Amino acid sequence: MAEEVKLFGTWASPFSRRIEVALKLKGVQFEYIEENLSNKSPALLKYNPVHKKIPVLVHNGKPVAESLVILEYIDETWKHNPILPTDPYEKAMARFWAKYMDDKLWPAATKVVVSKGEEQKAVIEEIQEQLKTLESELKEKKFFGGESLGFVDIAANIIVFLLVAQEALGLMEILTEEKFPVLHEWYQRLVDDAVFKECVPPRERHLGFFKARFGSSTASK
Amino acid sequence: MAEEVKLFRTWSTPFALRIVWALKIKGVEYETIFEDLYNKSPSLLQYNPAHKKVPVLVHNGKPISESYVILEYIDETWKETPLLPEDPYERAMARFWAKFGDDKVFTSIFGGVFVKEGKEQEEAMVEAMENLQFLEEELRGKKFFGGERIGFVDLALGWLANLISILEDVAGLKIVGEDKFPLLSAWMKDFADSPIIKDNWPPRDKMIAKFQALRDAKLAAAASK
Repeated sequence: MAEEVKLFGTWASPFSRRIEVALKLKGVQFEYIEENLSNKSPALLKYNPVHKKIPVLVHNGKPVAESLVILEYIDETWKHNPILPTDPYEKAMARFWAKYMDDKLWPAATKVVVSKGEEQKAVIEEIQEQLKTLESELKEKKFFGGESLGFVDIAANIIVFLLVAQEALGLMEILTEEKFPVLHEWYQRLVDDAVFKECVPPRERHLGFFKARFGSSTASK
Repeated sequence: MAEEVKLFRTWSTPFALRIVWALKIKGVEYETIFEDLYNKSPSLLQYNPAHKKVPVLVHNGKPISESYVILEYIDETWKETPLLPEDPYERAMARFWAKFGDDKVFTSIFGGVFVKEGKEQEEAMVEAMENLQFLEEELRGKKFFGGERIGFVDLALGWLANLISILEDVAGLKIVGEDKFPLLSAWMKDFADSPIIKDNWPPRDKMIAKFQALRDAKLAAAASK
């Protein structure tokens, strides 16, 4: 039976890029539809009427929305190269840390690009506290997922976006080798991974995106 | 091997009730530790250092936090009376609606309508109504969100069946009207009266007092800005 997989996404969204990583890790052929969020397609509105957001995965005509929900669906549908562990406790830990990325890191990252001065410094400190927490979770492991990248590593792609934003906006350094040696090494491995690096927004375009959207003449250093 | 299951919770948090229901539905013996969130126990801080919140489930010394993460762990560990469906697409739908319940429904009602007044409350009410309408449509043709019997989404949304009437009493307005939401209203009654569920609601008078105080404090804070 012919399998039809479509992904509605945007090139700059970490949530959309997560789905690309998972599909590519499992070798799933898919059609990608780039959405213009200021002019959403009728298809997107039909497939995600509740939130009207990307990413949406449509598998044989059936839509799934919310990136972590989609990742779990992908893992349960295409069972090779699993991204979640099999042990229930390890799985719970993976779900916990992926949620941490969305509930803690993401809101702080969206705040840091729009705040200024003292407020921005406070948000940067908050992010660094979160990175410290993540670093102690990573410990000796090569990836959060262990030997190979998994659910949490994919969810942690927010860090890529954070660092590009940091560079584009001339922010004080958030994740440095001195401050976070363990996380820094993990990050190098992540962006070096054959599949992951195909699913990162093109650098120059991404820098330009942040500068255009959030840049101002008063970047704090 | 003796199994040790502990649940750290408060007497009132709806998020912990989900765990109580799940454990009881599956017949799992557990010990409850009630926390005072203004004076958190060293155990809680040790078991949930990242968030310092309840509920936390500790199974044979290993802690799990975040209520939906706990529910999935419970479902995968004690396999009788499954909460989630088997089919991956149905599971994805269940996870989607559970998330919608917390991110949108709870936020728009408790974080919106309940703690506001006047024009701001009216605006929040519009959003809350839209969110509730999605739930109403999701119930079409079903007794419970899980189908014939209670499932993951019912436990996730179960707080509606008890907290809504308390919030309505305290704030003095109707949120889930029977005329506008006949299916949701029927579900709320059926769920609230279901075995196990009906024996575990927190005391109503205590809840009224608590939420009255919460609303008063929020409105006072907003007024002083």
